[in-house]
Amino acid sequence: MTDIQSYTMNFGPQHPAAHGVLRLVLEMDGEVIRKVDPHIGLLHRATEKLAESKPFNQSIGYMDRLDYVSMMANEHAYVLAIERLLGIEIPVRARYIRVLFDELTRITNHLLWLGSHALDIGAMSVFLYAFREREDIMDMYEAVSGARLHATYYRPGGVHADLPDRMPQHGPSRWRSKREQAERNRNRAGSLIDFIRDFTKRLPGRVDEFENLLTDNRIWKQRTVGIGVVSPERALQLGFSGPMLRGSGVAWDLRRTRPYEVYPDLEFEIPVGRAGDCYDRYLVRIEEMRQSNRIVSQCLDWLVAHPGPVILDDYKIAPPPRTVMKHDMEALIHHFKLFTEGYTVPAGETYAAVEHPKGEFGIYLVSDGANKPYRLKIRAAGFAHLAALDEMARGHMIPDLVAIIGTQDIVFGEIDR
Amino acid sequence: MDMTDGFADEGRELCDAIQACWPEAHVSRSALGETTWSLAPDTLLSVARILQADSRFSFEQLMDVTAVDYLAYGKEDWVTEMATATGFSRARGEGHQDPAVRPRLDGRFEVVYHLLSVSRNERLRLKVFLPPEGPPLVPSLTGIWASADWFEREVFDLFGILFDGHPDLRRILTDYGFIGHPFRKDFPLSGEVEVRYDPESGRVVYEPVSITPRTLVPRVIRNDARYPSTGPGKKEPSHD
Repeated sequence: MTDIQSYTMNFGPQHPAAHGVLRLVLEMDGEVIRKVDPHIGLLHRATEKLAESKPFNQSIGYMDRLDYVSMMANEHAYVLAIERLLGIEIPVRARYIRVLFDELTRITNHLLWLGSHALDIGAMSVFLYAFREREDIMDMYEAVSGARLHATYYRPGGVHADLPDRMPQHGPSRWRSKREQAERNRNRAGSLIDFIRDFTKRLPGRVDEFENLLTDNRIWKQRTVGIGVVSPERALQLGFSGPMLRGSGVAWDLRRTRPYEVYPDLEFEIPVGRAGDCYDRYLVRIEEMRQSNRIVSQCLDWLVAHPGPVILDDYKIAPPPRTVMKHDMEALIHHFKLFTEGYTVPAGETYAAVEHPKGEFGIYLVSDGANKPYRLKIRAAGFAHLAALDEMARGHMIPDLVAIIGTQDIVFGEIDR
Repeated sequence: MDMTDGFADEGRELCDAIQACWPEAHVSRSALGETTWSLAPDTLLSVARILQADSRFSFEQLMDVTAVDYLAYGKEDWVTEMATATGFSRARGEGHQDPAVRPRLDGRFEVVYHLLSVSRNERLRLKVFLPPEGPPLVPSLTGIWASADWFEREVFDLFGILFDGHPDLRRILTDYGFIGHPFRKDFPLSGEVEVRYDPESGRVVYEPVSITPRTLVPRVIRNDARYPSTGPGKKEPSHD
């Protein structure tokens, strides 16, 4: 009789199911995982240290690059922290625009999560459908900020610019006929708001399509039900937040419990799971997409009815408009000082957290009164989730490990920072 | 911002509860409604245990552990005068560090814990200032909150602070075989070594960095007229 000995296996960092640069050292007993030791830091760029060397506004762009699939939600926590230390109040319209884009960001994050999670488990088509919808949100990002991914749209004091009146259109292409081009531009005839409105009408049907493919799918359920179960007590112990915590049945959402911006004025529900397994977390995120869609359409209704400023009228913090600079010397000086030296933030410390698509994304900011942060700590939700991978995967098999990595919705930009 | 309005009473009850339980406690509430408790390293473990388990506090979650290196606090590259509501003053000369602005004159590192109570919807920040003498050592909270594991490893990696009782205190974010603690203020931004592929030896080699550190935007602390009460900004504008 021969004994099967436990052996060590390396997983990643170039594995397609490793979601970027995750390296796992697995201790296996046959097919069964005995221990998981994640090696992270392959994407460590020392964002926090870089931010200490730059004026406050120059680090907004770094925030996009943390969790690079939910860009604007990262910016939000950073500008909130600065605004709290400065003690400034931003225009209401800017708050609505921020909430609008936070929720669009949540949808785009969950679309990418759904596509890659399903692909990891073997459902190829969901990935293609999810990316079709995601493309529209990228176009919204581009219309409002000029960049499809790294928007740098939120600024301390508001947002960079108001929503454009005209949606950019597809130009002629040798690969497409005139009719196809017209069809692609059909929902782009009006403003950005019209385009988003069209999207919100379409999305619930599309989410139904994803659900048709997965929710009652026998293979999908075999791969996710009862996999990676976390009890509510353990979820709290392990520092879980966001859908990971709600999937275990803890009703905790910062948008409701510690509301920021205009969330108290909006109607939405918080989906909560029961079993704490991969399937419940899937259901929670699917429902979150529907709820985000509701919030988006409420924001659109408000934005149409209430025009107004979108950034603070304080040249010490927000740059003056170009037209004013043409005839006002003070405005020109402020512009120059703002883009060379920046603004100083009063000494103090704050912790600003937002309900990021992945969980609680927090910024702990310490200022000594200078024009650069003294210390910036980024609390990334995925870091705490990945730390629990060992506990969640023990006793499961390697294919289940892939399902657990997928359900954690990890992105290395924010984990390694 | 309505967050500051909504925080008028935030944390008051918590402060009172802490004062009732620990009359000696050094608890403060900021204008933003954030509750901060500074305590000594030797009391941390017993306090944390009660904060987690006692139903008066029930902080079920440890959301974050981090550290702050106060070595360069209040240090500027240029000395400037003031900023008023309408204009700025010029820079007057080489910068310096005013020793009086540092929150504590002794010691350098502070470990910061962010706690969250889901059942009571409350947050608390614990700050542990490390004494100047002896190794930078604090008790590990892994026995109380499981999430402390990686957070403490990260602080150890980036700041070199040791956590007594941590089961597996290894580096986590930096490279295999990395030397130094990069988030300390005396660690250069460009790092100490750079890597490249060496075709002669046929492998990746480590060399001292070839980048010269330079300051793109000088660090300045202005006595901004809009914030009359702020700490280091309080320095008197002199007219020499």
